[in-house]
Amino acid sequence: MSLLEHDLNDDTAAEPGGIGRRSFVGYVLAGTTLVAAADVALGSPARAASGVSGPQIADLYDLNDFVGDACLPTANLITVTVNQDGTASFALPRSENGQGITTSTAMIIAEELDLPVSKVHVTLADARPELVFNQLTGGSTTTTSTYTPIRVAAAAAKGALLEAAAARFGTEQHRLLARGGVVQGPNGAKATYGELAEAAASTHDRQVEVTLKDTGDFRVIGVGQNRLDARDAVTGKKTFTTDLQVKDALPTMVCRAPTLNGTPRRLLNRSRIAKMPGVRDIAIVDTGVAVRADTFGQCIDAVRAMRVDWAPGPVAGLSDQDVVNELKAAELPLAAVPDVPPLAQSVESSFVFHFRSNSALDTNAAIADVRADRAEIWSALKTPIAAQAAIAEAIGLPQGKVAVHVVQGGGSFGRRLFFDAALEAAKISKAMGKPVKLMWHRADDARVGRMHPMAISRVRATYSGRTLLAFQQSHTSVETDWRHGLGEMLTAKGADLPGGLGNLTFSQGIFAMTTVLPYDFAAKAQVMNETDTRFNTAAMRNVYSPDVRTAGELVIDQLAARMGLDPYQFRKQHLSNPRVLAVLDAVADAGQWGRSMKPGTAQGIAIHEEYKGATACLVEIDCRNKQTKRKIPDGVGGPRVTRVTFAIDAGLPINPRGLEAQMQGGINDGIAQALTSSMHLRDGHFLEASWDNYFYTRQWNTPPKVRVIVMPATTGTPGGAGEAGVAASMAAVACAYARATGTVPTYFPINHDGPLHFKVKSYVPPIPPSPVNGLKKTY
Amino acid sequence: MPKQTFILNGKAVTVNVHDDVRVLWVLRDLLGVTGPKYGCGINVCKACTSHINGRAFNPCSVRVGDLEKTDHVTTIEGLPRESKGAAENGGLHPMQQAWLDHDVAQCGYCQPGQIMAAVALVRQVRREGRTIKDKDLDGIRNICRCGSYTRIREAIEQGSRHM
Repeated sequence: MSLLEHDLNDDTAAEPGGIGRRSFVGYVLAGTTLVAAADVALGSPARAASGVSGPQIADLYDLNDFVGDACLPTANLITVTVNQDGTASFALPRSENGQGITTSTAMIIAEELDLPVSKVHVTLADARPELVFNQLTGGSTTTTSTYTPIRVAAAAAKGALLEAAAARFGTEQHRLLARGGVVQGPNGAKATYGELAEAAASTHDRQVEVTLKDTGDFRVIGVGQNRLDARDAVTGKKTFTTDLQVKDALPTMVCRAPTLNGTPRRLLNRSRIAKMPGVRDIAIVDTGVAVRADTFGQCIDAVRAMRVDWAPGPVAGLSDQDVVNELKAAELPLAAVPDVPPLAQSVESSFVFHFRSNSALDTNAAIADVRADRAEIWSALKTPIAAQAAIAEAIGLPQGKVAVHVVQGGGSFGRRLFFDAALEAAKISKAMGKPVKLMWHRADDARVGRMHPMAISRVRATYSGRTLLAFQQSHTSVETDWRHGLGEMLTAKGADLPGGLGNLTFSQGIFAMTTVLPYDFAAKAQVMNETDTRFNTAAMRNVYSPDVRTAGELVIDQLAARMGLDPYQFRKQHLSNPRVLAVLDAVADAGQWGRSMKPGTAQGIAIHEEYKGATACLVEIDCRNKQTKRKIPDGVGGPRVTRVTFAIDAGLPINPRGLEAQMQGGINDGIAQALTSSMHLRDGHFLEASWDNYFYTRQWNTPPKVRVIVMPATTGTPGGAGEAGVAASMAAVACAYARATGTVPTYFPINHDGPLHFKVKSYVPPIPPSPVNGLKKTY
Repeated sequence: MPKQTFILNGKAVTVNVHDDVRVLWVLRDLLGVTGPKYGCGINVCKACTSHINGRAFNPCSVRVGDLEKTDHVTTIEGLPRESKGAAENGGLHPMQQAWLDHDVAQCGYCQPGQIMAAVALVRQVRREGRTIKDKDLDGIRNICRCGSYTRIREAIEQGSRHM
């Protein structure tokens, strides 16, 4: 029996809903070549994962519901096209910023279509308002939300190809075999997908039933695949926003205020700036004074020469300690635990987590061409529909007149959930009446760009003997801005109620949906409150979890010590989720937990459960003087994480090679947040203005030994990947540091309160000068 | 406006621009050579790392007027020209091939600079009669905000063996 016959006759195909469900409705759409489609909401958990409750979507789109459905909903379909050159193309309604979703999506299509991965071309879709909730990239939901609909569309395409081949060969479909982009029939009959694409095209939209491949028959999914855009990346061909050539979109930059979110009143030396070499246009917008010039270098010179009268920003005069005090005042108290036995004891600790920048290497940038009757925008956008609506409102055009192109981003880490550059570029283009290529200077991207809000987290663990009675955590944060909503304007407006109230509900929803404590405490209560809406914040990779889990795991280690157990043994005894236990055991074994360590060095271990998956991390840290006294020019040394062993159970790993890369990145994020990277607020603005101030992990602090274990598939459905590596890594580094030094830190990163490791760059001018000594630094 | 002449990826180029515009913007904004990326503009992120006469330099920190007519500037686009074996390697320098083999790039923004820095580092270490050690890798200043450092280290080890 061929693979195909097996598929079509499988009994599980009849099951409505559930993991085993494989029968769905797809569409073949009218076209000159084969275009197959599925509803993008099909089987999508995106709504639930983003905090809005709803039924399992798979149930909504049950096969039976579609029978008798006379009206074909085309507006929100996503389509796989089979081209006459034998390739397939797909415009993914998500944003690629390095997380590897274009590659994993191509793999999913290749799998279902039986086409080589190299013949699947995945691009990023323009803003499509009709997709409503389904064009947000965040919360590591891309693959969990698109896995089924993309497979359905690809399966519908394959079905149409088989139909066309059956007609061509004069045989029945069950006698055909599709493999590697070729359909084979009896007696050596063969046709490539390219040859069949035209015949398989439909003259009208039609509904088709499809049966998805059994996971046991996967040949592509689950097998490591290198990134499809890797060659472009290593040859310089990969194109980011500022690499695009749009006619007349000249380099444009903005001079910003010396206090955070200060606003311009007047440019005092406009005529001088206008005469500077290369300068073409000047415009004042709400965020600063914009200049358009022949080169970005000339923009930098003009910004530095500007004398501007500024209105102070809303946090003028404020410093870190003021915010800490605010957070303490807003902290929800930990309630008394009821019915506690008389001999019960508790461990209680509170931790401060400082502001951290989610600035990517590719700074905020956008190209905008705003005309009287239409506008066109190019930018790396994770919420392009919300961006389109906000831009339309700001420039006074109907939303349908604003074309928004989603460009590949050079990293996001949460930054591109918002569209600050796209909105600003649109305003500048309108004010100048010309196309602009806006790029934020690094100093602006660091100081004014969005960041992970400062937070405090108080944890109390109550126990009696070896019985875990209660785990309580009160997490208090400067507001995390969620005003991008679910990527479209309806929910964005809902989050924008007065006094931050709308946003707080949203935040608490996200917190509740992402916070899980897998330990066996009889009672668990984790609550969150937010305060202060004046900062430029956003989610940062893994949102609340790195802080929440670091606080939690440090207290778990203290609890283990009270009970005379080592951190691994304690976790092994008090975790019951088998997936968490399996990753814990995997790192303990591969990372040699408990091996002899020299004084000043130690191991630390931590676990985390999120994104329909489980992770564990074991680190070794060296806190001896030879590391902490390292002299690093324009950087910091500090304790060195020397070895990391990390394990992830992602349910169904689509691309283990990409998943490993995401974990490696998450490990470096965890190290940075525990040890070195933070923003200092001093007198109304942030100090850090570039990579010689803001200490993200560098080669001299990255672990020389890293091992990532991707667990075999456990659930049959893919979990999240992009953010899954951070929380356990940060917590494990913190736990290792506490064990190596014998001191549990009370704030993170651990170097935040020490002496500054850099000279603060100027605020007026707001960006540093371009050096001239580059030829003296060659090697 | 002064004429600026130098050799870019093997070909003489002439641009009309003021002396003090940094080479990065001449490459990107005037010549459309976008492999070298902007990441800081002050020579600390190293995303624009390219080669001048075979050595690593950062064009964000060099005035175009300071280039000589005979200076060879090589960007990632011209790197394969610096390798004799590139033709049989599908037009890639061995370090680029190592980057592919180790699937290093995530977002890819820093990687042209990383590769150019890696090639220069290997050459530097060779001039000193040594092979690459962990300490040399620790000294690389190119930032990768995606945190692809582990694979960068593995790829340099491979690339250095094939250069």
